[in-house]
Amino acid sequence: MSRRTRAIALGVAVLAASIVAGLLVGPVHIAPGAALRWLISFGDQPSGMSEQQAAILADLRLPRVIVAGLVGASLSASGAAYQAVFRNPLADPYLLGAAAGAGLGATIAVAFGPSTAFAVTVPLAAFIGAVSGVGMAYGLGRSGLGGRSSTSLILGGIAVASFLTAVQTFIQQQNADTLRQVYSWILGRLGTTGWDDAGIALPSVVIAVTTLWLVRRLLDVIEVGDLEAESLGLNVGRLRLVVVVAASLATAAAVSVAGLIGFVGIIVPHTVRLLAGSSYRQVLPLSVLFGAAFLILVDVVARTAVAPAEIPIGVITAFVGAPFFVLALRRSGRRAA
Amino acid sequence: MVHRFIGGIAAVLLLASCGEATIPQGPPNEEPSSTAPFPVTIEAANGDVTIAAHPRRIVSLSPTSTEMLFAIGAGDQVEAVDDQSNYPSDAPVTDLSGFEPNVEAIASYGPDLVVYSTDPGDLDSALEGLGIPALQQPAAAALDDVYVQIEQLGVATGNAAEAEVVVDRMRTEIRSITGSIEPPSEPVTYYHELDDTYYSVTSSTFIGQLYSLVGLENIADEAKGAGGGYPQLSAEYIVDADPNLIFLADTKCCGQSPRTVAARPGWDRIAAVENAGVIPLDDDVASRWGPRVVDYLRRIAEAVAEVMEAKAA
Repeated sequence: MSRRTRAIALGVAVLAASIVAGLLVGPVHIAPGAALRWLISFGDQPSGMSEQQAAILADLRLPRVIVAGLVGASLSASGAAYQAVFRNPLADPYLLGAAAGAGLGATIAVAFGPSTAFAVTVPLAAFIGAVSGVGMAYGLGRSGLGGRSSTSLILGGIAVASFLTAVQTFIQQQNADTLRQVYSWILGRLGTTGWDDAGIALPSVVIAVTTLWLVRRLLDVIEVGDLEAESLGLNVGRLRLVVVVAASLATAAAVSVAGLIGFVGIIVPHTVRLLAGSSYRQVLPLSVLFGAAFLILVDVVARTAVAPAEIPIGVITAFVGAPFFVLALRRSGRRAA
Repeated sequence: MVHRFIGGIAAVLLLASCGEATIPQGPPNEEPSSTAPFPVTIEAANGDVTIAAHPRRIVSLSPTSTEMLFAIGAGDQVEAVDDQSNYPSDAPVTDLSGFEPNVEAIASYGPDLVVYSTDPGDLDSALEGLGIPALQQPAAAALDDVYVQIEQLGVATGNAAEAEVVVDRMRTEIRSITGSIEPPSEPVTYYHELDDTYYSVTSSTFIGQLYSLVGLENIADEAKGAGGGYPQLSAEYIVDADPNLIFLADTKCCGQSPRTVAARPGWDRIAAVENAGVIPLDDDVASRWGPRVVDYLRRIAEAVAEVMEAKAA
């Protein structure tokens, strides 16, 4: 087995294990044997399991595991893609104003929308906000700042993010009664996830991740440099646009159902690089697998660490992610030296 | 100290209004006059507050204090209230913010007394610098805090007797509500919902204590230690705990109703949902600690009575 196949096999195994763990572990004790039988029989209620427990597995845990997996895969794959096209190891899915745009969209929906329809309007507005945020950053980076380089795009993103955050803070401050709603959304909200969230996220995630997958070889070329890539006949501007659109679509879908979950897009791709080298032919699929597994496991911690209370998932990704990231950096530094 | 002081004033006022010879219970050095109780000094949460003269231009930055002021008959002394003070409807609402108070905007109303709940930083010192007396009334931790705050406002606004009447009425009504409830033979459990991401309260909070008064058991108490009394519960835990009653304090903020609760995945099996035990509350009443806690408690007691009736049937 080649190193590459081994890495993929490991990713699949880790993802499968995390899905099982996500189903078996939670604040409500369900006998693991019964839960496994439930899973193997595709939802038939085995003997020894109450109707309540079957409902918890089918209506609460399974959709939560699936959405966590989709969100983790989206954020990691987008992170890897952004890092390639911007040639910046710190690029993450929120870089180009996606998070700020989504936050503004959600805030507008909470402040001015009908409260009875939040379940639909907040994800939708967050999605529109994320896509518009990136659109503005891209437009600004290309025309306003005169260059086509990745730096001007990043600067455009920073300007757009500051502007949108300012607008969001203003609206929030004018509608103080919406504070709590907006904050609980910003900190991540897998706690209320159901099948409808999986339905909202799935199409964009599949389209976006498939697109990134298809261009994974070109990412290796573009990472070398714009001039070099162009000399090889690659249309760098167009490829960057395709990647930004696809990654932003995945980010927007993730943000719309799960709120803002930071750091996943940085730590997962970098960990994968330590594991399997830096070619995007491996980094991209492995980011999908490990990103999904990572967020499923983090969500298990979120709902069990202080059970029956919850910890916002965004808090844990940063809390676990930051020290882990430093360790990974130190290891890679030593290896390089 | 405050109690004795207020008691003294109340006794004096009672004496003046009834004209009967009662022995004053307050400190003997109390001035036996109802017309000039000012200046008064109040031991408030922000230290001793001295109010030199009968206030006529009060600014309230706390919706609860606004409700208290109007309940004790000080409504016509109120010049301006903050943007969240929506009760009673004749309160002079302005765009002043209690969350991010703007001292210059407050001062523009020419207040002779400012009542506020939280000080994000320099509110108290800034008002002191302007020579405006400011009274802090933080969120109540228990019913006794509510009574003390109402009595403080009574003294501060020259309505001590009416404040005493309001407090007495609240005490009596709460006693009659809790007295009307038979202690349940088997535990009646509840879940109090603060928002649609399942933030709740434990029994240690002010709201939680109200439910304990009528003998309810809180499913969020399992989560003690998490969230300082306001834990965010797991959906699966709520479904598994299977509460008899669900109280929705998120009908306004988040548009929740018995219908939306029943539509949540897995929630249709909860006893409260199956037996019409999902009780919509007014978010404001269920988050303030003013005189309307009596209405709130009555609503809870009615819900408990219905559950017990259904259980008996």
